[in-house]
Amino acid sequence: MDTIELQKIASQVRRDIVRMVSAVNSGHPGGSLGCTDFLTVLYFDQMNHNAANFTMNAINEDVFYLSNGHISPVWYSVLARSGYFPAAELGTFRKLSTRLQGHPSTDKNLPGIRMASGSLGQGLSNALGTCQTKKLNGDKSIVYTLHGDGELQEGQIWEAAMYASANKVDNIISTIDYNGRQIDGDVEDVLSLGNLSQKWQAFGWEVLSVDGHNIDELKAILSKARTMTGNGKPIVIIMKTEMGQGVDYMVGSHKWHGVAPNAQQLEIALNQLEETLGDY
Amino acid sequence: MIEIEVLGNKDTRSGFGEGLLEVGKKNKDVVALCADLTGSLKMDAFQKECSDRFFQVGIAEANMIGMAAGMTVGGKIPYTGTFANFSTGRVYDQIRQAIAYSKKNVKICASHAGLTLGEDGATHQILEDIGMMKMLPNMTVIVPCDFNQTKQATIAIADHKGPVYLRFGRPVMPIFVKPDAQFVIGKADTIIEGSDVTIIACGHLVWKSIEAAKVLEAQGISVELINMHTIKPLDKEAILKSVAKTRCVVTAEEHMINGGLGDSVAQVLIQNDLVPQEFVGVNDSFGESGTPMELMTKYGIDTQNVVDAALKVIQRKK
Repeated sequence: MDTIELQKIASQVRRDIVRMVSAVNSGHPGGSLGCTDFLTVLYFDQMNHNAANFTMNAINEDVFYLSNGHISPVWYSVLARSGYFPAAELGTFRKLSTRLQGHPSTDKNLPGIRMASGSLGQGLSNALGTCQTKKLNGDKSIVYTLHGDGELQEGQIWEAAMYASANKVDNIISTIDYNGRQIDGDVEDVLSLGNLSQKWQAFGWEVLSVDGHNIDELKAILSKARTMTGNGKPIVIIMKTEMGQGVDYMVGSHKWHGVAPNAQQLEIALNQLEETLGDY
Repeated sequence: MIEIEVLGNKDTRSGFGEGLLEVGKKNKDVVALCADLTGSLKMDAFQKECSDRFFQVGIAEANMIGMAAGMTVGGKIPYTGTFANFSTGRVYDQIRQAIAYSKKNVKICASHAGLTLGEDGATHQILEDIGMMKMLPNMTVIVPCDFNQTKQATIAIADHKGPVYLRFGRPVMPIFVKPDAQFVIGKADTIIEGSDVTIIACGHLVWKSIEAAKVLEAQGISVELINMHTIKPLDKEAILKSVAKTRCVVTAEEHMINGGLGDSVAQVLIQNDLVPQEFVGVNDSFGESGTPMELMTKYGIDTQNVVDAALKVIQRKK
């Protein structure tokens, strides 16, 4: 898809995010805004998926797992804007009986979601399982994941990382939201990841990196990663991002990890984000 | 005269191994994952004959459970295999989020459950797993009693859509379920019919309860013995039908009294037909090293404990 079009979609997704979290005074805007460009490019330019006829088994479709489930607002918006469910349903986010639970779930059968997430560190394992099933089924599709950088402190991530390279799982493209922030502060201060690129390399992965807010670069790196699948190695893309990207008073601060803007702050945010597809 | 034909002696884990091979050959969607305990779980035959569908994950149980959940996306029916302790306590959160809450068609197959794991001691002797698993919404909990029943259950759960916890063990025990018996999830087996006391048991305690029933019979007491192989969903009808006749219950299990089969039975009785109940199980204690039979005696889950509980509960109904 044309870069201008993708930028327009991303702007609307950002509006959706801040409106969703502000409406219920809860949720996680910071990471959601930081991953908006990536998820927009993934769903509108890269993935082979069928929004109109969602199936749990995803035969011959690419699959995406959101391992850092707390950034559900961006995923819900991108799913709705892709056609998985009506955009109006975004207005039910986090409200009683909604399909748009605080963290993603399959419990209420929201189209687009194949696994609950929220308790961190699990999505890579889930994805590897689907990768192996796709191989058994002779299905050439790709499985994508997204992880927070703080999430990489969970040990299960590294169990899965070890498994993937040892077993040549080469139909996976994982991405890291490398914004350097987590709830208690900078990742570097809370528990440093050290040299993240070298860590993944040491675990046997092909490592790519990208500016997570440059749509052209995102398109190029995801296309390149796709050409690298099927070569016996798992692929990870370290995506440099800013928490809160697109809203000036949120950018780069961990303080907006899990805090919603109030009415006045929402207005300021919306003035910085063009309405392109119509608000829900 | 109670007559239960003993057909041989084997461990229930071997029943799992045979069942897995049989269901794997029959159903090509069945896949198996193991965390470095292929021999202990008797998964070798499946590994050899269905090698493309066997996944060795190494000593990484959290990843195994997560992968199993992910393998269902695309239609596979994953069976995970490791010790009961590492199948539950170590990976409770992974099971909770990715299997139970996400309603994934995963079969968590747990060997070496309870005290009868023996000499390895308390670190490996989980006695809380039934409780943890039965608390999870969407989870079916099955504790078969002998080799044949474990094999039958292993095969049957492939046709049940949804998460299952299948618990079995290490020691060699008598086989008394017929090889051609039909295993129905949630439908208890009445092994002995009687009128003075109902004994409801699961797992290895079913055999201990058969022995106890014989001892009680010699004292003129008529025992009705129910093999409650499915803890959840619980066969309430079988319980209430039996107590209508006997008016008292003993539950017997290789598990903590807190959170086990006995708790589930007590809930049914309290809400429907309040009769006296005695609990045979481990009483708020960790195990220790020892032979399986020594441990069953020391921790109060042996034949004599079932006998004593039956005599006590019969007294209470008078």
